[in-house]
Amino acid sequence: MSTIEARKITKKFGDFVAVKDADLSVAAGEVVCLLGPSGCGKTTTLRMIAGLERVTSGDIIIAGKRMNELAPEKRDIAMVFQFYALYPALNVGENIAMPLHYEKISKPERDRRVKRVADILHLTDVLDRMPGQVSEGEKQRIAVARAIVREPNCFLFDEPLSRLDVELRHSMRGQIKEVLAGLSKATVIVTHDQLEALTMADRIAIMRDGIIEQIGTPHQVFTKPANVFVASFIGTPQMNLVRGKFEGMSDGKATIQFGGEKVELGVNPAVAKLKPSQVTLGIRPRAFTPVDHSAKDTIVAAAELIEPMGAETLVHARTPDNSDIRVVVPRDVKFKIGEKLHLRADPSQTHIFGEDGKAVRA
Amino acid sequence: MAEATTTFWERLGLRKASGVGEAGWGQTLFAAVISLIYFLPVLLFIVTSFKLQTEALAVPPKFFPTSFFGLILDQYIFSPTLANFTSVFSRAYTAGAAAESTGFDRFFFNSIFIASTSVLLALVIGTLAAYGFSRYPLRGNDTYLFIILTTRMLPAIVVIIPVILMFRVAGLAGSYPGIIFLYTAFNLPFTIWMMKSFFDELSPDVEDAARIDGSSETRVFFKICLPQVLAGLAATFVFGLILTWNEFLFALLLTGVDTRTVPVALNQAVAGGGIGVLWGLLAAIETLFLIPVFLVTFFLQNQLLRGVTFGTVKR
Repeated sequence: MSTIEARKITKKFGDFVAVKDADLSVAAGEVVCLLGPSGCGKTTTLRMIAGLERVTSGDIIIAGKRMNELAPEKRDIAMVFQFYALYPALNVGENIAMPLHYEKISKPERDRRVKRVADILHLTDVLDRMPGQVSEGEKQRIAVARAIVREPNCFLFDEPLSRLDVELRHSMRGQIKEVLAGLSKATVIVTHDQLEALTMADRIAIMRDGIIEQIGTPHQVFTKPANVFVASFIGTPQMNLVRGKFEGMSDGKATIQFGGEKVELGVNPAVAKLKPSQVTLGIRPRAFTPVDHSAKDTIVAAAELIEPMGAETLVHARTPDNSDIRVVVPRDVKFKIGEKLHLRADPSQTHIFGEDGKAVRA
Repeated sequence: MAEATTTFWERLGLRKASGVGEAGWGQTLFAAVISLIYFLPVLLFIVTSFKLQTEALAVPPKFFPTSFFGLILDQYIFSPTLANFTSVFSRAYTAGAAAESTGFDRFFFNSIFIASTSVLLALVIGTLAAYGFSRYPLRGNDTYLFIILTTRMLPAIVVIIPVILMFRVAGLAGSYPGIIFLYTAFNLPFTIWMMKSFFDELSPDVEDAARIDGSSETRVFFKICLPQVLAGLAATFVFGLILTWNEFLFALLLTGVDTRTVPVALNQAVAGGGIGVLWGLLAAIETLFLIPVFLVTFFLQNQLLRGVTFGTVKR
């Protein structure tokens, strides 16, 4: 079984802590995405797994073997780099065959394997060209081909699609997913694009400032964000996060005061244990239903900007306490600018984050 | 779209309506004239190498070997001769005496051997050093690089006396190893700085990819890095070669009779005899002296162009 395990790995560059106590385990056949804004330490984490950076502390275990001191070439891994890192002096076929040279494989066998991956990735026609003479999309596929031509313990991808245009990215996402599904190896993909993470990963690890904030399935991180950062990072349009004062709970409804108004919202039962305090209320734009009249459990806001998005309409609205909230409504629901909206939130999608920013949830 | 108007300069062919693309004929002509002005001294001595002493000294200069079908006035025409070229290698030192060898075949061999050996040696050592400086920086890396450069900050004349003394003591004066080592040291700072900048430009990802694909550090250097800096090697080689080829002062003071290089021998060959400078002979030696460097530069010119423009265009 091929697995990757990172145990409390930390990387310091001088005084700067790039990655702090990161725990990550990837099972065979599993795809884990490291997702986060630039500079959050996700690439450093990947490079530590690859052996291109030494860990300051912690252990890297690949296929059950501790790899901390081993050079990259001894770890039996394959990596796809952000800028593809093709060998400029070798043609496409030689580029793909490069990893095989070190395995002492006979030439016919080598050619056979190169041909096989070239078929999978539609590169047969460009095998004789130089890397400078192929398109951006082909470069990307060559990089993937070079990674899968061998059968390593695991695959590492560093921002594999960031250089492609939107359309290519879309089709490559599918292709890579398909190829990875056929290989069933442990795979780590680094990305800053949440759509990429949500579509390709079995599990997502969300990083910020060198710390893994949450690991979970795409569904988990979307529906149950562990803290304010994850809540704001995952999902488009962004989740509405409004500061308010939690005053108490009765009948499963929390009384929250903000903008001089009190609302009673259905929330997770665990909120009952909370003492009256400042909280952050998190509701996704699609979790609102506009209703006709004001009620105890509705939030009032005035429509300020209306952006039709095709199937749906995005409404930017302002609450009495001057917080902006985004509401997505079906396209047949029409509002005028300045109109008062009464919004009811779905209790199962209403998140309360305590003063420490962590979600209060059973 | 506005109607296209041609300006005076465009009609002359000196400016094109659009900013890019092939140059107009006027621009090309202009460039040719400027190039000719710069090339004129070289042309002049190449022409002179085919003249006898009297014609070489004629005023106004006789510039043309033929009348070009009567186009050129007789007073500007000289009768070309190869006498200067034969007398480079053997000539009679006094009138009526038998021709003797001048030793210039040896001097040309010396120039070629000493310059190429020392530049190649500097290239090998310098490239390895530059790779080290670029990829495995030491504590105080920049200081070391600066110190290396300081060895070239003083003019040769300032350091020549200590160098001569050192060579005397070490028994290197007048020998091939002596002058080759000196020129190697002389070329190293330039080689290291130049090659380091080429290595710095390479994407480290490519090397990391090779490591992950199973290459050892040695293979990364030879199979991945080196092929990418071929243009840089060529450019560094040519620049080093030109510098070394033309070097005079160290060669004058540190080569012996057997190891003398052409610039030194040239000086001694043309100055003597009490009949003034032998211009024809001087020009002939210079013309021959030009050929090897010209050939090397010519054959490496594509690499050279890539080399000197390296890094000026962002990937």
